[in-house]
Amino acid sequence: MKLIFERSSAGRGTSYLPACDVPSVTPNTELREIALHLPEVPETEIDRHYTELSHQVYGVNTGFYPLGSCTMKYNPMINEAAASLPGFAEIHPLAGDENTQGALEVMKLLEDSLKEITGMDAVTLQPAAGAHGEFTGLLLIKAWHKAKGNDKRTKIIVPDSAHGTNPASAAMAGFEVVSIPSDENGCVDIDALKAAVGEDTAGLMLTNPNTVGIFDKNITEITKIIHDAGGVNYYDGANLNAVMGVARPGDMGFDVVHVNLHKTFSTPHGGGGPGSGPVGCKEFLKEFLPGIQAECTEDGTAFRSVREEHSIGDMRSFGSNFSVVVKALAYVLSLGKTGIRETSENAVLNANYLMHLLKKNYECAYDRTCMHEFVLDLAHLKEEHGISALDVAKALLDAGIHPPTMYFPLIVHEALMFEPTETETKETLEACALAMENILKEALANPEGAHAKPEHTMIRRLDEVGAARNPVIRYTFDSEEK
Amino acid sequence: MTFPSELKYSKTHEWVKFEDETTAYIGITDYAQDQLGDLVFVNLPEEGDEVTRDEAFADVESVKAVSDVMSPVTGTIAEVNEELQDSPEMMNEHPYDAWFIKVTDISECSDLISAEEYEAFIAEEQ
Repeated sequence: MKLIFERSSAGRGTSYLPACDVPSVTPNTELREIALHLPEVPETEIDRHYTELSHQVYGVNTGFYPLGSCTMKYNPMINEAAASLPGFAEIHPLAGDENTQGALEVMKLLEDSLKEITGMDAVTLQPAAGAHGEFTGLLLIKAWHKAKGNDKRTKIIVPDSAHGTNPASAAMAGFEVVSIPSDENGCVDIDALKAAVGEDTAGLMLTNPNTVGIFDKNITEITKIIHDAGGVNYYDGANLNAVMGVARPGDMGFDVVHVNLHKTFSTPHGGGGPGSGPVGCKEFLKEFLPGIQAECTEDGTAFRSVREEHSIGDMRSFGSNFSVVVKALAYVLSLGKTGIRETSENAVLNANYLMHLLKKNYECAYDRTCMHEFVLDLAHLKEEHGISALDVAKALLDAGIHPPTMYFPLIVHEALMFEPTETETKETLEACALAMENILKEALANPEGAHAKPEHTMIRRLDEVGAARNPVIRYTFDSEEK
Repeated sequence: MTFPSELKYSKTHEWVKFEDETTAYIGITDYAQDQLGDLVFVNLPEEGDEVTRDEAFADVESVKAVSDVMSPVTGTIAEVNEELQDSPEMMNEHPYDAWFIKVTDISECSDLISAEEYEAFIAEEQ
């Protein structure tokens, strides 16, 4: 595909404007040494350029996208229809409560839904992404310890299987991170946790089901160990899609939760989103929440926005990524209570079915019933045949499938992490398993060829190491060539 | 894979080359670079910084992941090998020439092991 600069030809263009009747002025000194490289192209070429670009896009709308831990589910059109309603789309962020009653009702309904799904007492819709939500939750924990006059609690415990954002958010919030090992099932090592807690423990960050797709059965014991030590339990909602309507973080002993509307609640993910990472908390942390909460007036006839007295302050401007909130609410309301539960049940069923199919040819890192995602371990394949997780992932591109997450979690060295989500059909899962089977057969017959995949995509195998060591990050124009 | 016998090794896969009792060069082992894969970036400390035994003093990045490099000694950094920043491939190609830091005033050491013991240790780890 040509770049727009390569379609450019001097003097070409499209002009809908009449000739300029103001005399042109030449400045006395020209500061610019070389001409601006603006593409000069007619409208037809611009149209073709962007149309061609759109054909290079791959998304859930194009095909299967089993990117583990990212929950790349389909975004229903009804969400877009709701968010496009003029009353929502054209609302001004500075319009007062009296002019935004409908918007406040939407916020209140989503806050209440999230409270019920997560088992929390209050919710802020303000955080604009998952990691932003983590950061917010950690600041709540910090504010609480501080309000109790305890400045000795400086450590956040994070298991070694956690998402990289967990230790990063904890460090951003000024905590020291204590990493604890996982046991042979990829779950929290209880003895290691007991040894790690103490008077300096501020809290624990955990996902459940965890990063390898296994529900930690010791969860209430784990959260109790932290509570007994005086710490607060933070639930990373990255994997909430496995347990919605079945189990609630609040009932597992968690005190703060973030959920990703762009994962679990079917709002756009990637491509600019924007994301949204609401944070829920138990009553004792409510007074520190940022932003505004929507509530019903005493007589039940109207809504108003309120701020908490001891708020940690705003995490961003305005109340939320509001159109995302509308989309998430449309999703929750169209599913209803039973639909929410069915969503998680189907996500878990799809993951187990795909795992079952792939087990015929590949090894599972943890061979047991999984939740919404599972991890293959290709270490033996790498050792015996030199075929890596990267080779298999690249070959999937030729099959028209977006590769699963690679080399994560870090505790599995040749990891491929699949999360099919509930919105895929049985046939799609079977086609993926068949593609994986064919890739293996071909790679075993020709291991050298496996390193050259993909063969049929516009961009072939990238030299990732070369690109990282000697990055070329800008286009070189003809006039710049030396 | 080679493990020169004149070097000392840590169980976190660093090598130490003592000039005398209180001065040493530190880098990562052949086994470490092999496990990490092609390295593309290194984050080095500054000259004059203090290092503490069993604490991270640098990190290395491969296309797969970022990993800490631990200091096997406590002391002061006298020199930093900035060449690694421009040529991270040195860590893969010549791990024992690609020293990260030179430490002086060494007051404390981790439990360092010999080349033979290190080889036995990684055989067990695999």
